[in-house]
Amino acid sequence: MAAVQTQASFNQSLKKYYSFYTGGFIVFLIVLAILEQMGVPNRWIGYLFLFATIGLYAGIGIMSRTADVAEYYVAGRRVPAFFNGMATGADWMSAASFIGMAGTLYHTGYDGLAFIMGWTGGYCLVALFLAPYLRKFGQFTIPDFLGARYGGNIPRLIGVIAAIICSFTYVIAQIYGVGIITSRFTGLEFGVGVFVGLAGILVCSFLGGMRAVTWTQVAQYVILIIAYMIPPVWLAAKQTGVPVPQLVYGYQLQKVTEREKQLDADPREQEVRSIFKQKADAANAALKNPEAAYAEGKALAEKRLADLKAANAPADQIKKAEADAAVYKDLDSAKGQWNKDKGLAARAAPNRPHAEAFPGKDEKTRDTARLNFLALVFCLMVGTAALPHILMRYYTTPSVKEARQSVFWSLFFIFLLYFTAPALAVLVKYEVFHNLVGISFAQLPKWVAAWQHVDATLISLADINGDGIVQRAEIMIGGDIVVLATPEIAGLPYVISGLVAAGGLAAALSTADGLLLTIANALSHDVYYKMIDPNAPTTRRLSIAKGLLLVVALIAAYVTSLKPGDILFLVGAAFSLAASAFFPALVCGVFWKRANKAGAIIGMLAGLGVCMYYMYTRYPFFGVNMPFWYGINPISAGIFGIPAGFIGIIVGTYLTPAPNSSVQELVDHVRYPNLAGDIDTRAA
Amino acid sequence: MQLTERHQEYWRRNLRITAILLAIWFVVTFVIGYFARELSTFTVLGFPFSFYMGAQGSLIIYVLIIWYYAHYMNKLDNEYGVQEGEEQ
Repeated sequence: MAAVQTQASFNQSLKKYYSFYTGGFIVFLIVLAILEQMGVPNRWIGYLFLFATIGLYAGIGIMSRTADVAEYYVAGRRVPAFFNGMATGADWMSAASFIGMAGTLYHTGYDGLAFIMGWTGGYCLVALFLAPYLRKFGQFTIPDFLGARYGGNIPRLIGVIAAIICSFTYVIAQIYGVGIITSRFTGLEFGVGVFVGLAGILVCSFLGGMRAVTWTQVAQYVILIIAYMIPPVWLAAKQTGVPVPQLVYGYQLQKVTEREKQLDADPREQEVRSIFKQKADAANAALKNPEAAYAEGKALAEKRLADLKAANAPADQIKKAEADAAVYKDLDSAKGQWNKDKGLAARAAPNRPHAEAFPGKDEKTRDTARLNFLALVFCLMVGTAALPHILMRYYTTPSVKEARQSVFWSLFFIFLLYFTAPALAVLVKYEVFHNLVGISFAQLPKWVAAWQHVDATLISLADINGDGIVQRAEIMIGGDIVVLATPEIAGLPYVISGLVAAGGLAAALSTADGLLLTIANALSHDVYYKMIDPNAPTTRRLSIAKGLLLVVALIAAYVTSLKPGDILFLVGAAFSLAASAFFPALVCGVFWKRANKAGAIIGMLAGLGVCMYYMYTRYPFFGVNMPFWYGINPISAGIFGIPAGFIGIIVGTYLTPAPNSSVQELVDHVRYPNLAGDIDTRAA
Repeated sequence: MQLTERHQEYWRRNLRITAILLAIWFVVTFVIGYFARELSTFTVLGFPFSFYMGAQGSLIIYVLIIWYYAHYMNKLDNEYGVQEGEEQ
């Protein structure tokens, strides 16, 4: 990729490279499929996928190594709109999108569509409010813009801190996903899986920064979209004869809805549910008076065990009684069991209607569900238009014009996956409701046992009412399994399972790359170069950037190996935080000339502060548990943070004088793609 | 540097198209979302209408909004002579 190439011929050769690459990848898949038919064990196919894809990313990373600052930070600003769109797609779609989203949709039906709409509609805000203007501004990071527009180091520093808080929260979720996939498909331990995955992340970004990340992300997008599409296409063809899942799943949804009603009325289902309800009620009663319940339960369990032993009962009955008695080892273990049993109340509930919006028992629950749905959509959308690792991608296009087109391509490539995910959820539900429910426990398909073996929390099937037949209420499916196990559910060869895992890995790695780079660049470029040593030579700037990348990656991997919080909350939190901290200051920076430094400082701090306060005092993890405002879940804390940010800017701005003429000039500069006698803000 | 009347007009037209597209975005997302229960009485391609909008319809409209904005603004740049040169 010589620097003297023109943009057009560069574009041409990119198309050629990536067409060959996609063809090569398909050939690789076919070869693996043939190997599988020849009897190569599944474990080997898993290893081949893992190492071939990570090796490929490493290869691209090494080929794209660079010692040039603009190449390192913004890929030389010559990424064509189409390819920047693909790279943004991979940057954007994380482990949560790839693995988690279809599972969430499987469990929550319509209400889960908040993620689908929120994570796509946000690009409208990116396109209309930010991308073209940031491209015209043309520096390296988002704090760069805040620093230049509002003046001084304080807005920049707040920007850096906010960027680190939200990117770090988000990157932990990604590395967690990488750890899970690596450990599942290779049998390595989770902690080891995290560090293997980390090596995969670092080889992409360490030598070549944004340039290497961009070209690996394009490669990763190709893998992840192929991997995501094959299972639903196959399922749709199998169930309906039409291999276009997006078109036909509406009719499957109707059948699922009918089946839901039918199952709700089934006496055997009701029997299973009432058993769950009894257990939950008993646990609640025991928890009210734990000491007495403990003494009573312990005596009963021990007596039963002794009786069985005395009567020379069969070994499996004794084993079961021993397990029951073990629960009463001490008071804490009994309490733990009761707390678990309490949760069974959820499984005693009837089917949640998949197609119905905001189901609930009364008007008030339904209204709260609707409010939370809309609030979540809003926070995810505004968060999309404020996450620094996404906005940064629009610095890399050759022009403002291409930046605008590039947002279109970004959303187009994201759309391909997002409009397939709800289809996948419905098709899998159809499969479970029709081909798993109602069969006998002796005929369970092989994939059930296989996944139970991997992790018992992912899928559990127990004959609760002892009739030997699978009831819907007896099935407990973890959200993550919906995507990862679909190939087996659909009866596809193992090579597709490997492909799906490789796709999930590509999704997690590409997002982690973008995030780590954002954090490291905020530190090396904004803090070190702009604030500490503006005269630093290029070589030192780049070695500091690379060193920091390594340090940040290691810290992130270490925090991940402690397994904090739940993934969906971490991801949601990152969106609310970014939305509250950045969106008001960025948008006012372009659209409101009067906005000034004091306003930006107050607005960003107010937004971030309100958002963090609400999360800290409401999210159960922190243990404060204050009552919700208007019933809004802490994941949507941005609904309070964003207005606080805007009010902060307005108040701060009107309390202090208007910004000087050079700021006015800067605003005009970003508003027009080309102005005669314009100032130049391009960074070197 | 002083902006000409043409420049001001370019910016006004930009604001107008931004506002129009934003309004469409808002209706598709929040108005239809708010009335989702009421709008699920008829079906499209087998889906209740609000489910269809959440899962496909709104997404297609978002893609079109962005496509149209890029198309409109790139044309507007040329019309008002603020397009970028071919230096890149």
